[in-house]
Amino acid sequence: MKKIFYFLPLVILAILAIYLIMGLGRNPQDLPSVLINKPIPAFELAPIKGQTKGLSNLDLLGQVTLVNIFGSWCEACRLEHDLLMKISKNNLVPIYGIDWQEPNNLVGPRWLKRLGNPYTLVGDDPKSRGAIAFGVTKAPESFVIDKNGVIRFKHTGRITENTWNNTVWPIIMDLKKQ
Amino acid sequence: MTPAFFRSSCLVIALLILFPFNTNAVDPSEILGNATLEKRARHISKDLRCLVCQNQSIDDSDAPLARDLRLLVRERLIQGDTDNEVFDYVVSRYGDFVLLRPPVKAVTAILWLGPAIFVLIGFIGLLRYFRRQSKDENAEDQNT
Amino acid sequence: MIVETGHFALVMALCVAAVQSTLPMIGAHKKHSSWMALASNAALLQLLLLIISFAALTYAFVTSDFSVTLVLNNSHTLKPLLYKVSGVWGNHEGSMLMWVLILAIYGGAVAIWGNNLRPTLKARVLGVQGILGFGFLLFILFTSNPFNRIFPAPIDGQDLNPLLQDPGLAFHPPLLYLGYVGFSTTFSFAIAALLEGRIDPAWARWVRPWTLAAWGFLTGGIALGSWWAYYELGWGGWWFWDPVENASFMPWLAGTALLHSAIVLEKRDNLKSWTIFLAIIAFALSMLGTFLVRSGVITSVHAFASDPTRGVFILALLVITVGSAFALFAWRGPALKSTGIFQPISREGGLLINNFLLSVATASVLLGTLYPLFIDVLDLGKVSVGAPYFNSVFVPLMSPMILIMGLGPFLNWKRGDAILALKQLQIAAIIALTGAVITWFLIDRATVLAAFGIGLSIWLFCATLSELAGRIQLFRAPIIEVLRKLRRQPRSSWGMTLAHGGLALVIAGMTASSAWRVESIQSMMPGDTALVSGFEFTLKSVQNIEGPNYTASRANFDVTNRASFKISLEPEKRIYVVSRQPTTEAGIYSTFLGDLYAVIGDPDGKGGYITRLYFNPLVTWMWFGTFIMVLGAGISLSDRRHRVGAPARRKLPRGATAET
Repeated sequence: MKKIFYFLPLVILAILAIYLIMGLGRNPQDLPSVLINKPIPAFELAPIKGQTKGLSNLDLLGQVTLVNIFGSWCEACRLEHDLLMKISKNNLVPIYGIDWQEPNNLVGPRWLKRLGNPYTLVGDDPKSRGAIAFGVTKAPESFVIDKNGVIRFKHTGRITENTWNNTVWPIIMDLKKQ
Repeated sequence: MTPAFFRSSCLVIALLILFPFNTNAVDPSEILGNATLEKRARHISKDLRCLVCQNQSIDDSDAPLARDLRLLVRERLIQGDTDNEVFDYVVSRYGDFVLLRPPVKAVTAILWLGPAIFVLIGFIGLLRYFRRQSKDENAEDQNT
Repeated sequence: MIVETGHFALVMALCVAAVQSTLPMIGAHKKHSSWMALASNAALLQLLLLIISFAALTYAFVTSDFSVTLVLNNSHTLKPLLYKVSGVWGNHEGSMLMWVLILAIYGGAVAIWGNNLRPTLKARVLGVQGILGFGFLLFILFTSNPFNRIFPAPIDGQDLNPLLQDPGLAFHPPLLYLGYVGFSTTFSFAIAALLEGRIDPAWARWVRPWTLAAWGFLTGGIALGSWWAYYELGWGGWWFWDPVENASFMPWLAGTALLHSAIVLEKRDNLKSWTIFLAIIAFALSMLGTFLVRSGVITSVHAFASDPTRGVFILALLVITVGSAFALFAWRGPALKSTGIFQPISREGGLLINNFLLSVATASVLLGTLYPLFIDVLDLGKVSVGAPYFNSVFVPLMSPMILIMGLGPFLNWKRGDAILALKQLQIAAIIALTGAVITWFLIDRATVLAAFGIGLSIWLFCATLSELAGRIQLFRAPIIEVLRKLRRQPRSSWGMTLAHGGLALVIAGMTASSAWRVESIQSMMPGDTALVSGFEFTLKSVQNIEGPNYTASRANFDVTNRASFKISLEPEKRIYVVSRQPTTEAGIYSTFLGDLYAVIGDPDGKGGYITRLYFNPLVTWMWFGTFIMVLGAGISLSDRRHRVGAPARRKLPRGATAET
């Protein structure tokens, strides 16, 4: 009986090692959204300079949409931009933008002018209100929202051609059919 | 192990994703005139995790998102939210991850009960040990 | 060429480690004395080779040889010499090299000073050290070679992270590693003893100096890191329960438990398997720390750039070494018979309860540190376990321990008399209670916890003093007699008195600086004055200055208490040229009662500056208390007992273990 206790450390080490091995494949920084399958929280953002309409949660009702959080300071957003342009040119899905934490109100509009504007509407978000509503931690992040304004999918980081074709677009197609 | 206490290497991460920086944790402009509310705000901020830098509270962090969360906390307090309502609001966006004090629920049961279980195990171990000892001692007494 | 020599020496060290880990072990098994004797030579040769290797890397850093990738990534020609040197270990590869170097230093120390050991035990201890060295050298050569070259060599490097360019952090890693890796020696002793199947008081006496050395270094290393956080992070926090801090704290807790359980083994021939278990655990936790920091499984702001292959390798090392240690423990442990019997209320009983609480604390810190990972791996979501959790678990566990710490030394071995002990502690108890009550009623903003903390601190301090007074018969014997007794106190009991007394100071500092910190954040124009805790801080000027590899705005504050006291503080906000990374350098003036602490922030855009001013009470007590604790370890280490060695071998061996 007493001998069993002497095996306990070995057992605990084994369990620990299994967890640690499983942990190795994971990125502790990945934060899954708690908002999946929940309606978008209420928010209201002012337009960026040069546009007349901002963005609020009410704009995202009635059709399947893609919401994209970006900023001109964000390198990955720049890389993602070309894909967003392509999506908007082909009218695949309307994209709504949240222009996050610009150092001033001029750089965002200038950036969109230079690279093209794929967004149906853009909200200016200097105080992170839109970003916090969506539980965003870093740009870019994108959300797929269904007709009823329910968040269905979140992608953290840049959407590549690959993720678009294999993950995001199939989800949008599915939601459109419903 | 820690060649660095990279405590503020949150800055490094922030730099990598090119955040503009011009803030330094709590800013005088953020501080509320109402001292009671401000005290509550500081208290709440200390228990909320800065999501960009991971292991700091938003109260210690100079990341822009942390600043905006601090401002949000203060705004909600002014609107009359209780402390718990503020926590609930932030948790509804970011999940339990944002709480530095993990909530007591099924998932964290082992975490919160763990120390008590350890105490119990240790205590039983101590009892058994002393009981065995006194048995040995009696045996020894009889032998001599 | 020198770099290649370093690389070559590293490969040679691996070969020597292979010899050191096999032949002496076989020799000890088959009683070939010449094979056993190989162990010492191999250990010393390995030490020499690793010194060469480390020196070569240091040379590459000092001469800014940017053809070495590691130097390129972590150094810069403009960097001051001190930080060129500390850059050697300010990165993953170099710090691993330092890890094995320190392992070899301990191995060499056992080879030199271990002459009083049984030859078989010595051969086995060095053999286990050789196995550890072999594993880690393999790890370095395969996944983290510090000598990799790049061609063509760039003109200048990318500089060391500015946060590391600081005297506190330059010496923090070496101390910490001397602590962590020091537990490898106790680990090796434990394994060797299990292999021999013989654990007795002599074994405990041999292990004690190594435990003391490791514990002292680790205490110093943790304190240095904490001190750095205090002055560098710009608001006076000193402990954050970050996973990486926990990684260094867990071996410390286990090591503290080991230090105390080994006393019971040494004096009373009891707690054998428990002491062995702790010796294994202390090093296992050190290795776990290495894994956590370098594998990326846990979010920490301290972590190295992580690489899963490295993680797998270290984990494999951990599982193999600790797993075989535990297997050996499961096999041989049950056969270990303890003889000394004791009552629950006795010196041993006190030490055992101390061990119980320290172990529970260690397990709880481990649970809290790894819990987010468990939950994540099981796909149950994401949680954070931060300072609020650890504080609410740790404080209730440590408080009874402090109470018992005061009482324990008054109990006799084997069977103590609690009533008698408490009688001797009357005065200490009264002073502590009075202190707590005074704190509660007379000091502003005193919480129950703060009053309790101060009470505990006073209790421990007075109890420790009473114990010393009792031993030297203060007020009971003539003064000459008292002084004679004082001089004759064994150094190991001085060690205890100092370590316990030092901890009392640390507790006071922790309590006060947490409970009564005064903070004031505001915008100030030059000429403005802010009042903080009775001190007037006047911002005189803010100037731009140029450092060797940074530019900074330096503020000049005059601080006065409206009486005779007047000093100036010069905090800086630096921007490092190469990385564009800002750091804050707080202006600190320490007094007995607290630190005046000033930080200069950014311009507020209206001609003023954001300033953060603090009064951090009793912070110096923490640093001074830790210093006293480490001093206690040092004095205890120089005790004659360790030099004399086992009672069975009264002949005085040459050399001593004292200078580890």
